[in-house]
Amino acid sequence: MRHLSVLLRPAALLLVAALAVPAIASAEERLHIYNWNDYFAEDTLADFQARTGIHPVLDVYDANEVLEAKLFAGRSGYDLVFPTMRPFAARHIAAGLYRPLDKDRLLGLANLDPQIMATLASGDPGNAHVVPYMWGTTGLGINVEKVQAALGEDAPLDTWGLIFDPENAKRLAGCGISLLDDPAEVIPAALAYLGRDPNSLAKADLAAAQALIEAIYPHIRYIHSSQYISDLANGDLCVAHGYSGDVLQAATRAEEAGGRVAIDYLIPREGAVLWTDVMAIPADAPNPEAAHAFIAYLLEPEVIAAVSDYVYYANPNLAATPHLDEALRDDPGIYPPPAVRARLFVPAERSSRELRDLNRLWTRLKSGH
Amino acid sequence: MASPFQNRPRPTRRASRLLNIGVPYLWLGLFLLLPVAIVLQISLAEPTAAQPPYAALWQWVEEGVLQIRLDFQSYRLLWSDSLYLASFLNSLQVALVCTLLCLLLGYPMAYAIATAPERWRLPLLMLIVLPFWTSFLIRVYAWIGILKTNGFLNNFLLWLGVIDEPLAILYTQTAVYIGIVYSYLPFMILPLYANLTRLDPTLLEAAADLGCRPLRAFLRVTLPLSRAGIVAGSMLVFIPAVGEFVIPDLLGGPQTLMVGRMLWTEFFSNMDWPLAAALALVLLGLLVVPFVLMQRWQQGALEDRP
Repeated sequence: MRHLSVLLRPAALLLVAALAVPAIASAEERLHIYNWNDYFAEDTLADFQARTGIHPVLDVYDANEVLEAKLFAGRSGYDLVFPTMRPFAARHIAAGLYRPLDKDRLLGLANLDPQIMATLASGDPGNAHVVPYMWGTTGLGINVEKVQAALGEDAPLDTWGLIFDPENAKRLAGCGISLLDDPAEVIPAALAYLGRDPNSLAKADLAAAQALIEAIYPHIRYIHSSQYISDLANGDLCVAHGYSGDVLQAATRAEEAGGRVAIDYLIPREGAVLWTDVMAIPADAPNPEAAHAFIAYLLEPEVIAAVSDYVYYANPNLAATPHLDEALRDDPGIYPPPAVRARLFVPAERSSRELRDLNRLWTRLKSGH
Repeated sequence: MASPFQNRPRPTRRASRLLNIGVPYLWLGLFLLLPVAIVLQISLAEPTAAQPPYAALWQWVEEGVLQIRLDFQSYRLLWSDSLYLASFLNSLQVALVCTLLCLLLGYPMAYAIATAPERWRLPLLMLIVLPFWTSFLIRVYAWIGILKTNGFLNNFLLWLGVIDEPLAILYTQTAVYIGIVYSYLPFMILPLYANLTRLDPTLLEAAADLGCRPLRAFLRVTLPLSRAGIVAGSMLVFIPAVGEFVIPDLLGGPQTLMVGRMLWTEFFSNMDWPLAAALALVLLGLLVVPFVLMQRWQQGALEDRP
């Protein structure tokens, strides 16, 4: 009998422990975060938990549309989300999907770039609902060596002409060009190349953009919004229309893989889309207190600087700039000089009808119908 | 309905019969009719920028007055915009080609398994089913690694010297065909196998005794008798292939216009739930027709039997 109880006792203890653990876990405070994939530093969440005892639960998405559908369906269960301001967060605010911020608990707001706050205020009066998280541009990822081999040593690289000039596109088709799968990125870029208002919805402008894209279409290898990261890095593409941070991630991957491929990120001189991703608390968030605590944590200069160092995107926190990695701070692709910044533009708001027309134009372009 | 029982069925028997009939009807009502009714309701609503993103169909405007607003715009748009028709036709074409390819590949495989020695059948069937143990998504992703410019297939062909330049297969309609045929092949093989193993081998012996050559015996005896298996397998491939979204999204290129993708665009990019719902209902209607045809055909096959 004795040796049986020796065996049984640890088993019983284990059982009790197993029953107790979920009880402790459920008593623990949770924060449900819905963010883009790879958009925190490696220790951002762990450090927050160590400091506050709140257990962050992270789900990720790779398209604003997926987040938007969940928010409009309601009861998403998320406490904090990270939409792109225009056009997404702006229309969410208009539809009343977000809870106004309790600014008394977000003292770090004072450190945010007033210029960025001013542009956000046009979609969020009084900056009442959203806090900027990261910002970046949409430009060109370039394999300099291959592009120069195709176009010549002294060919200008900082221009949309690499893609939209049919002659260039033809010569670069062999080493590979990709476009983002988003009419709200491609059409403004084409209009900027043509020297027209990138946000124009005028029939003549859209027709010109469409004709331009159709002309270069046969030379495009594919249209995709994330595939180019790995293809740039392994040399399968030489020009990619892409997001600044994604291209810089590709550059880092290429370096880590032995440095055979050198990738540059360039903001075309004709101008490029400037976007801002923001933090917002859904109106029906179960735990808005924890969401405020997390925003306050991300407003700390050291914390957000560590995130920028990891994801290669600029943050809007002026106090964080001294804490950044020098290479990041001095990279004109991430923190563009004022002259370049002046040429960036913010995508305009679209009505649902205009949105449908743009998407329709895009689907027809892509499918050849 | 003529009752197979006596004139006055005993109450317990009647209750058990009611239960027997009631459960499947309840199931159908709960998991087929109710969801379809909800989708129908959304398809007739007006899209709005609110939560949820469509207006209510009815509301009480004043005491005892119910106002119902039905918006048929979505259906009108489906009809007037040629892009939807084009995507329907392309989806049907892709599904049809894939079904034929599955049949051409799957029939010999099912036949080989069904006529293999008894002890080999189970292991062979296991080989067909085994890929299901890996996630569908992972298997489709694996095809990206095989088909891409710098992938296994191209490197192998280059090494063999069959081609000088890598083939562009990934992000084309060909890649979609490969992905769908690969993913749905087991759904063709399994019903065919079940059908072929049940065939009476003495019929073939009789044909041989009467001087019929094997090929002719196959065409005159085996093939007609396996019609039910062919139809069932084809439906199992065709119906999901028409609405397929994941495979064209991962393997297809921009020119792969399929209805699943259109639905995604309406729902996510255009935020137009009513139109997405209308599109889904029309798709459902298109898929119900071949299904009804199959039912008829199978019934015909049963009646043909001596």
